[in-house]
Amino acid sequence: MPDIPAAEAAIRLQGVTLKRGPRTVLRELSLEIPAGKVTAVMGPSGCGKTTVLKLITGQLRPDLGEVWVGDTRVDQLRGAELSGLRRNIGVLLQNGALFTDLTCFDNVALPLREHTRLPEALIRRLVLLKLQTVGLRGAAAMYPRELSGGMNRRVAMARAMALDPAVILYDEPFAGLDPISLGASVRLIREINRALGLTSVVITHDVAEVPKFADYCCIIADGGIAAAGTPAELRASHLEVVRQFVEGLPDGPVPFHFPARPLAEDLLALDA
Amino acid sequence: MTAPKDFSNRLLAEPIREFGRAGLFLLTAFSRMRFGILQLGEILRQVYFVGVRSLVIIVICGFFVGLVLTLQTYDTLTRFGAGDSVSTVLALSLFRELAPVLTAILFAGRAGTSVTAEIGLMKATEQLDALDLMAIDPLERIVQPRLLAGVLAVPALVAIFNVTALLGGVFFAVYLMGSDPITFWGNMQSSVELGKDFGGGLLKGAVFGFLVSWLAVYFGWSAKPTSEGVALATTQTVITSAIAVLLIDFVLSAFML
Repeated sequence: MPDIPAAEAAIRLQGVTLKRGPRTVLRELSLEIPAGKVTAVMGPSGCGKTTVLKLITGQLRPDLGEVWVGDTRVDQLRGAELSGLRRNIGVLLQNGALFTDLTCFDNVALPLREHTRLPEALIRRLVLLKLQTVGLRGAAAMYPRELSGGMNRRVAMARAMALDPAVILYDEPFAGLDPISLGASVRLIREINRALGLTSVVITHDVAEVPKFADYCCIIADGGIAAAGTPAELRASHLEVVRQFVEGLPDGPVPFHFPARPLAEDLLALDA
Repeated sequence: MTAPKDFSNRLLAEPIREFGRAGLFLLTAFSRMRFGILQLGEILRQVYFVGVRSLVIIVICGFFVGLVLTLQTYDTLTRFGAGDSVSTVLALSLFRELAPVLTAILFAGRAGTSVTAEIGLMKATEQLDALDLMAIDPLERIVQPRLLAGVLAVPALVAIFNVTALLGGVFFAVYLMGSDPITFWGNMQSSVELGKDFGGGLLKGAVFGFLVSWLAVYFGWSAKPTSEGVALATTQTVITSAIAVLLIDFVLSAFML
């Protein structure tokens, strides 16, 4: 991100390299995510967006480099310290990942019951308030299977903010949503960020929606940051990879064809 | 020349590796054990789930096993004029071997598979990741209660199996064949030791319950997070449980005699 003093960066990745087997997923990637803002992390599928999220939560450790959340170095945390960090980070996974054997109410109450010693009456009030925020107080007694995919994700949002975390990470929150649910999610991400004063990171490839909720965005391609800036700056960018991504061109720096030997060679091989 | 090596690999090396992985999994699960009010409630909830799920099949199978066992032994024993001993044979073979082994295998088929599928699907739908991200240890929250539930539920099911099988035996010997009920119960009472025979069976049940639950949670936990992976895992639970139960049963019986 351009011109952010280190003190204001809520999340910092410095020179992170991560290999999975023979493949290098991230190559010396450096990224700063400003505190109190909504940052969109974009990029083509399989470019390592979710990997970045897993580095921030400590699910993955980089082979090289450092990952910082606030003043904590995540990649060196273990056991109880890591748990402490995770209590301060809310995560919305791709499909919500609600517990199917618990009601919506109990899903949101679970982190509170597990990590606090609040009396049940207070937990009830907190949960109902969280559900009210996402517009699903009326569905408190229902099970996830009785709700639509979009509603499931909104309940998961309520669960992610149950412990009032300092950071919320959203992994593809718009994938497969109808326009109404999508509009609702976009507005919620914005509102939650403003109301709770937290830092939001949204992983998405929904280019059209980004200007509606993001203060900053960055594009990951080829294992590194291809471009970063405000949504307006990115739209004005002349970088080829940014143009391809923003305009949705099928071929460009990110190739249409999966790497293969020349077509003629493959076809002739059949005759041999 | 790779065929024999491949064969020995599949037949020996891979099962041993799998056993090692399952053992490590168990050690990790034990090392994270924690007991609290919340945990106790969850264990009881799981006992209810796996126990009640298996109840119908245990009752029905128990009755018919008792029935057919009495039928076969009554027929043979009367030929040698020992028809009165039918209750002894019935009770001893049931309490010591049949009830614990059959209950454990039925338990694996009914409750074990559903535990495997449940954990496998929780993995596939990222529910285990979600727990981890909420700083809740899935080993402690999901695995541990299911592991302990089997230890508690199976002995209870063995006892129920014993009762219904005896009812099946009484039904055949006394009501159909007209044996004297006083001789039937009296012979059984004088030849069966409550602690050694009946209690030994319950102890076996606890061991088998642990064994089956361990395999069920392990296969669910290590399942590939796809529909194919979960299907394979449930099959593995049933097959491995059946083999393990019969194998351990021989070892336990040898020590208990």
